[in-house]
Amino acid sequence: MGMTMTQKILAAHSGLESVSAGQLILAGLDLVLGNDITSPVAIKEFRKLGADKVFDRGKVTMIMDHFVPNKDIKAAEQCKMCRGFCAEHEITHFYDVGQMGIEHALIPEKGLVTAGDCVIGADSHTCTYGALGAFSTGVGSTDMACGMATGKAWFKVPSAIKFELTGKPRRYVSGKDIILHIIGMTGVDGALYSSMEFTGDGLKHLSMSDRLCIANMAIEAGAKNGIFEVDDITLEYLRLHGAGEPKIYSADPDAQYEKTYTIDLSAIEPTVAFPHLPENAKTFGEFGDIPIDQVVIGSCTNGRLEDMAAAAAILHGRKCAKNVRVIIIPATQQIYLEAMERGYIRTFIEAGAVVSTPTCGPCLGGYMGVLAEGERAISTTNRNFVGRMGHPGSEVYLASPAVAAASAVTGRITSPWELDKEAAV
Amino acid sequence: MIYRGNVIKYGDNVDTDVIIPARYLNTSDRSELAAHCMEDLDSTFVSRVKDGDIIIAGANFGCGSSREHAPIAIKASGVSMVIAKSFARIFYRNAINIGLAIVECPEAAEEISECDITEADMDSGVIRDLTTGKEYKAQPFPEFIQKIIENGGLMQSVANGIIE
Repeated sequence: MGMTMTQKILAAHSGLESVSAGQLILAGLDLVLGNDITSPVAIKEFRKLGADKVFDRGKVTMIMDHFVPNKDIKAAEQCKMCRGFCAEHEITHFYDVGQMGIEHALIPEKGLVTAGDCVIGADSHTCTYGALGAFSTGVGSTDMACGMATGKAWFKVPSAIKFELTGKPRRYVSGKDIILHIIGMTGVDGALYSSMEFTGDGLKHLSMSDRLCIANMAIEAGAKNGIFEVDDITLEYLRLHGAGEPKIYSADPDAQYEKTYTIDLSAIEPTVAFPHLPENAKTFGEFGDIPIDQVVIGSCTNGRLEDMAAAAAILHGRKCAKNVRVIIIPATQQIYLEAMERGYIRTFIEAGAVVSTPTCGPCLGGYMGVLAEGERAISTTNRNFVGRMGHPGSEVYLASPAVAAASAVTGRITSPWELDKEAAV
Repeated sequence: MIYRGNVIKYGDNVDTDVIIPARYLNTSDRSELAAHCMEDLDSTFVSRVKDGDIIIAGANFGCGSSREHAPIAIKASGVSMVIAKSFARIFYRNAINIGLAIVECPEAAEEISECDITEADMDSGVIRDLTTGKEYKAQPFPEFIQKIIENGGLMQSVANGIIE
């Protein structure tokens, strides 16, 4: 029987000719990832195992990104523990303040994952690297500890849902609008335990930023992983970032899918997910005025250079609305530097926004933009659960950088199309 | 193994942010996590949960982040098991790995009420609502997964020589 992209990668990493959905396998890992929240728990478990060293110091990475520069003493203790472990085990890819970035932006940028790889990370958005044609999935700290010790993880081979993308997205419609539209269709558990496999002639209109954003939010549909067919855009990205030799696994023509969705990208509009689930996707015209207190542009979903460019294009020569706090967070040091060189940072500051060092901070209500009771934010992050950005009585609306920037200007949730119309008048 | 306890009931899509809000993730201390378990969904949980209680919930329980702190907080608060219509996949894996008993049973999750005394036999998969007398059948775990849970999680099972 034919295999999907995911199934082929899993077969190759478990030394099997073929695998089928539901089969339990033990797969070899090309990268094991943790952050400052999940790694301390993994380190404790690793010690329980009595393992004296990691399986490969070049294939374990720890990135301090959630609560750094440390927000409080406890967060500092957690980072100290990771720092000590990585020094003891001479971990090659340990990224601390000064070199760090938000993990899922930093890892592709550093070329640590290539097409065909099998990756686990103790962070649910590890599914991001599916954009590079890898099998990549989020796990907990115990699985991370086991992975660090043995270089292996067990998986139940997932069945798949196919997303056939056609057409070209309209102006201001980005990967974020596409994935919010998709989760609006599938629901937050529509892809539970499955892989989401993205293919079709619409791929040629999607940049790597778009794809990384889409794969990043596969978990918000409940998926085990999201994966994109590898094409010239992927290969060029991998080459530019010095990633390892790509191995391309294409789905067999007779691969089995639970379901196939055909999505016309040209029909997708700027989309906003309402509280308190990412599946509450709405387009402009379906809702009235929604005033906001805060705008966040950043995160592993939308903190890349292209996202900074989209926000800068809208904020250039404009001002943030009165009484709206606008927080912009380039996801890595490299993105920060390039945004500065291109003048985006000046644009943001002149518009009245603040620009922060890379951090996950406000996305999970950690720090750097926590909401008070009754406050409302529009954010380019990935979750809008109750209390996600602060007080359980606050609200988060999810959107693209273009929608977030347009909303920053007007002080209410606004489509960039609306600003364009105004500019044309 | 048989689990018996008072039922605390929740709806669909109980996410890991409400199970243990990220503002408490600056620690991995079990009792500190337990002190804030379910805080943003149900501020009465911590004061009313008793050892052995069973959480019964709807679909997609534990969706959201990969934080193992979520099943740890539930277990450390005294809850003996979680019965749900379905579980988010990372939570499912994490619960087994840290030794928190879980089982999917849509009928039981639908019908059993808050405060009913419920018993679940994880060897046979039979769930009994002792308050109403009604019985439900769930798919039991294979033996090795049960052993992981009974031994307190994956690492403890390895240490105890249950898994090589």
